[in-house]
Amino acid sequence: MADPSYPDDLKYHPEHDWARIDGDTNTATFGITWYAQDALGEVVFFDAPDVGAEISKDQPYTEVESVKAVSDVFAPLSGEVTAINEALADKPETINEDPYGEGWLVKVKLSDPSEVDALMDSAEYQATLD
Amino acid sequence: MSFTTELRRTPLYDRHAAAGARLVPFAGWEMPVQYAGIREEHIAVRTGVGVFDVSHMGQVETTGPQALDFLQHLLSNDLRRMPEGGAQYSVMCREDGGVLDDLFSYRLAECTFLTVTNAANHEKDLAWLQSHADGFDVDVVDRAADFAMLAVQGPKARDLVRKLSDGALPGRFRVCERSVGGAAVLVCGTGYTGEDGVELLMRPDDASGLWDAITQAGATPVGLGARDTLRLEVCFHLYGNDMDENRNPIEAGLGWCCKERTGFIGSDAVAAAREDGTAEKLVPFAIEGQGIARQGNPVIGGGEVTSGTFSPCLERGIGMAYVSSARAAEGTPIEIDVRGRTRPAVVERKPLYRKGA
Repeated sequence: MADPSYPDDLKYHPEHDWARIDGDTNTATFGITWYAQDALGEVVFFDAPDVGAEISKDQPYTEVESVKAVSDVFAPLSGEVTAINEALADKPETINEDPYGEGWLVKVKLSDPSEVDALMDSAEYQATLD
Repeated sequence: MSFTTELRRTPLYDRHAAAGARLVPFAGWEMPVQYAGIREEHIAVRTGVGVFDVSHMGQVETTGPQALDFLQHLLSNDLRRMPEGGAQYSVMCREDGGVLDDLFSYRLAECTFLTVTNAANHEKDLAWLQSHADGFDVDVVDRAADFAMLAVQGPKARDLVRKLSDGALPGRFRVCERSVGGAAVLVCGTGYTGEDGVELLMRPDDASGLWDAITQAGATPVGLGARDTLRLEVCFHLYGNDMDENRNPIEAGLGWCCKERTGFIGSDAVAAAREDGTAEKLVPFAIEGQGIARQGNPVIGGGEVTSGTFSPCLERGIGMAYVSSARAAEGTPIEIDVRGRTRPAVVERKPLYRKGA
């Protein structure tokens, strides 16, 4: 399992989700943070939403399960799901191994890019973990 | 009744912390739920050897000329079938058959028995036993503070412990005293994982040294998380999940350890349940396809999941649930409401996991 890390190029939601924003296309990639995957333990199931699903900031849009626990995943921003990480169906543990890379969950076309202003940067997020 | 909220720690707390365990409250104790990860620990026990700290469990010693008669009055199994140096699983019931606890008892001498209680039930069990001792020539003594307890489980467990021991290990469902790693240990040929192995009872002061010797000999530390997935794969019951005072042993699938002819407390109710049948039965199930049912999920059409997890060996959702007896037969399709999603499942045969299958 990777060491704790909170990349500077991401935006963070207090429910331990991250968003990587592509400002040119108003799309974003979502995932869960190192802290979230560590608290959950080894992920054994990612219940992906449907492509086309509308998701709302601060609302759960999917679930990830470890052997012992199930956890809601909250949308850091609002929009329409344009892609899901199909590779997680066979290898959900990728979420643990590479939470900011191969372990991404969904790509979303943002409905209100200004919502980004409400998210935290890496330093602000890490301060909430202490 | 104790109202303290302070969690108790086993003598191995420092070892767990040093090993990077995630410690959680469990039955009033601060216990390791996992070290390296539940799946990894689970596989270590199925393929090699793992060591569990189960010092939270309680012990009650019953001695005296009528120790056998007394325990026979309270425990569901036929204790006359337990020789000196033997071990036996049973339940303890209320008059109405409700299950107070499930227990392993060890016959250490003709008139000396040691009974291991679930941590959450220890005080209740002790009070129940002592309150029924009038009229019997026995002493019922709380020994929980006198023992730490380790379970060493897995296909390589016996080999590992044998090398630390001054003599041969007891067979399955047998118990004997040995020196292990230089400490006086009660070695029990029991466990709760579906694997071969032993459970070791020792003085609390000797626990750290034994833990070190066993882990240095190659045993993987295993937490309560994998203890739960291991026992559920082989359909061993967890008290408080799969049965409680509101369930009798027949509906819980524990009739095999009830010998009503012995006349134990609750035997009339158990005999009636066996004769008349019960409205519901506890069944093992496996989810078809994706999804993991959890404790408390409703079975559609009636019933409830009592234990549910992801099986590391079967790589699917498994569990146990009470369903109406009409739907309890192996192969019956059922549906489980998993947080609003209907997940198809099938009633399976015990155990869900078979070695080599």
